[in-house]
Amino acid sequence: MKSKILAASGVIAVAAAALTGCSAGEAEASCTNEITKPDATQVSVWAWYPAFEDVVDLFNENHDDVQICWTNAGQGNDEYTKFSTAVESGSGAPDVIMLESEVLSSFSIRDALVDLTEFGADDVKGDYTEGAWKDVSSGDAVYAIPVDGGPMGMLYRKDILDQYGIAVPTTWDEFAAAAQALKDAGAPGVLADFPTNGRAYNQALFAQAGSVPFAYDNAEPTSIGIDVNDEGSKSVLAYWDQLVKDGLVATDDAFTADYNTKLVDGSYAIYVAAAWGPGYLGGLSDADADAEWKAAPVPQWDPANPVQINWGGSTFAVTSQAKDKEAAAVVAKEVFGTEEAWKIGIEKAALFPLWKPILESDYFRDLEYPFFGGQQINKDVFLPAAAGYTGFTFSPFQNYAYDQLTEELYAMVQGEKGSDQALDDLQASLEQYATEQGFTLQ
Amino acid sequence: MTTHSTLAAPAAAVAPATPARRRAPRGGSKLEQRRQRWGWLFVSPFLLVFALFLIFPLFYAFGMSLFTSTLATGTKFTGIDNYLKAFSDPLFLEGLLRVAAFAVVMIPAQLIVAMAAALVLDTLVTRLASLSRLLIFAPYAIPVVIGALMWSFLYSPRFGPGATLFDLIGQPTPDFLASDTVFASLVNIVTWQWSGYYMVVIYAALRSIDPAIYEAARIDGANGWQTATRIKVPMISSSVVMVITFALIGTLQFFTEPVVLRNIAQGAIDAAYTPNMYAYSLAFSYSQFNYASAIAFSLGMLVFAGSFVFLFLTRKQSGLK
Repeated sequence: MKSKILAASGVIAVAAAALTGCSAGEAEASCTNEITKPDATQVSVWAWYPAFEDVVDLFNENHDDVQICWTNAGQGNDEYTKFSTAVESGSGAPDVIMLESEVLSSFSIRDALVDLTEFGADDVKGDYTEGAWKDVSSGDAVYAIPVDGGPMGMLYRKDILDQYGIAVPTTWDEFAAAAQALKDAGAPGVLADFPTNGRAYNQALFAQAGSVPFAYDNAEPTSIGIDVNDEGSKSVLAYWDQLVKDGLVATDDAFTADYNTKLVDGSYAIYVAAAWGPGYLGGLSDADADAEWKAAPVPQWDPANPVQINWGGSTFAVTSQAKDKEAAAVVAKEVFGTEEAWKIGIEKAALFPLWKPILESDYFRDLEYPFFGGQQINKDVFLPAAAGYTGFTFSPFQNYAYDQLTEELYAMVQGEKGSDQALDDLQASLEQYATEQGFTLQ
Repeated sequence: MTTHSTLAAPAAAVAPATPARRRAPRGGSKLEQRRQRWGWLFVSPFLLVFALFLIFPLFYAFGMSLFTSTLATGTKFTGIDNYLKAFSDPLFLEGLLRVAAFAVVMIPAQLIVAMAAALVLDTLVTRLASLSRLLIFAPYAIPVVIGALMWSFLYSPRFGPGATLFDLIGQPTPDFLASDTVFASLVNIVTWQWSGYYMVVIYAALRSIDPAIYEAARIDGANGWQTATRIKVPMISSSVVMVITFALIGTLQFFTEPVVLRNIAQGAIDAAYTPNMYAYSLAFSYSQFNYASAIAFSLGMLVFAGSFVFLFLTRKQSGLK
């Protein structure tokens, strides 16, 4: 609306590219942290973790030949937008960048990331679980070093469930029954939320029923397999559609102010969450004073064959614009490669480590969380979930796929489409997009 | 300014027009030449910035729009293919229809509010008038993003006043951000934000009318309503045309408000809700810079054509004839 927004958004794109290009040369001068060893090789890093500064200082202290110059370029999509523009303009990207594993393919297909196998990625492969390593690999190539993960569990309000005499659900059938019981008891809130903009969350729910939405391998970058309307996904979506129709779950957009408030004021009794969820909840205000949170494993479809799922998780990748790729690879491999760094990450930023030496340590397993009344949530919930996670393949146009998923799910909860129809339409639109983008469908 | 060389045109725009017109097409007196040099000096900073940040990027973006790069196959020259694709792209066309619908609803709404406020304020001479003027103008002084964010909270079923108000009359609170209500919610935000600005433009035009005309009208027996509709409104028609032109251009480029509201209503406002948002999403979310340039250029051409047609049709009222 504002006249400053020119008709030609392309113009803005170019201007932005030009501006970032100009500032690239001065990147070294604008570190957020203080460089104590100015003679060493500097590696610029974009990352948004809370309390990352302490981790950077620790790395710089321990390294004489390489120093990190850290900038917070925004969280998630904000950072990706800047990085994407820098990739398009050919300059302005940092040497090392924090990326969620779900966007790695989107950037590697644009030759924005360096294959780390040439820079000793295999040396540290043994430090990570198979699932974590699969998330950063495509075929034989490795595009990033894993940092933290999001094995999923279920956080619940013990006080609310106790008040209405509802047992903690262990299967999705029990979950639906609990939602009905809560409503029948006249509770002011609902059992949980089904956010149509849940993106990776919704995809994880489908994955639990065996959905493998994308088949993609960097060795064959022009070929992709798309299967988002499989039987598993359809049954999961039909399940949620029914809960929505019966008014047993809310359909608020995730990560909005409304949603955040409802998470902590008791409007939802259950928050199906990743391991970083407790940290997220802890950062929200207006919490219910009586709230008594506990963690339990994520409900299962078939309790005899539990399936573990993952939501989110971040990595460090070396960009193809890095000046000294060797030094950049050292940073990517080693920044979260010490116990001290991880203790900062776990205790100050509530990260869930994928680095085995700490993941498998007694310290992490037995850690008691005051937020959960001293429950050892890692031992009880998230470590088994992480151990059972086998990895996931994302598409090289994940942002588009998520936007389409949101639109279809919204159409469904609005009652415009049935759940099967929504997924069939999603399949059709993704196939069309992939073909337009020059992919051949497997 | 039609006869002299192209070089002289900007200089003549700065120098008084009369001597320039008297001058011979080429050369001219020493004084004239010196004046032209000074003129150039004064406009050069503007021209430099204009060229660097508008003309050059415009050409660059146009160049980009002639290529096609897909994720899987790389970049190749495709000429006007992107434009052909744009005008058969349902997402782009739906967005155009949507902003056209916004224009049909929003421009009259803003104009009626602005005109009514200006006419009322024009007849008031109390201290209340200047305070009211300030209050009506205030929303425009709030940055667009902040204004949209503020409304997003007002629309919230949890934080907003809606629940309280509808409780009073015993009705369930409507969802202001559902797919069928979001249109009206957006119209409301924009009208709230821009009416005050247009009011000031119209009010300034009203103040410039010679009061002797009102006196003559009064002597002829015109009442307040007749003075307003038969004298004031026709006499400020050029300002009204200007206001509509601004509103038209702004509405066709509708962007900021829906982008802000999209953060809390992703389902109701999709990534291609308006053509500008579509270009933005293509470039920054889907990495299709070439096609985004083509969409942006197509929109730019339509905005240009739309405002040109409008100004041509209203050339009598606007005094541009």
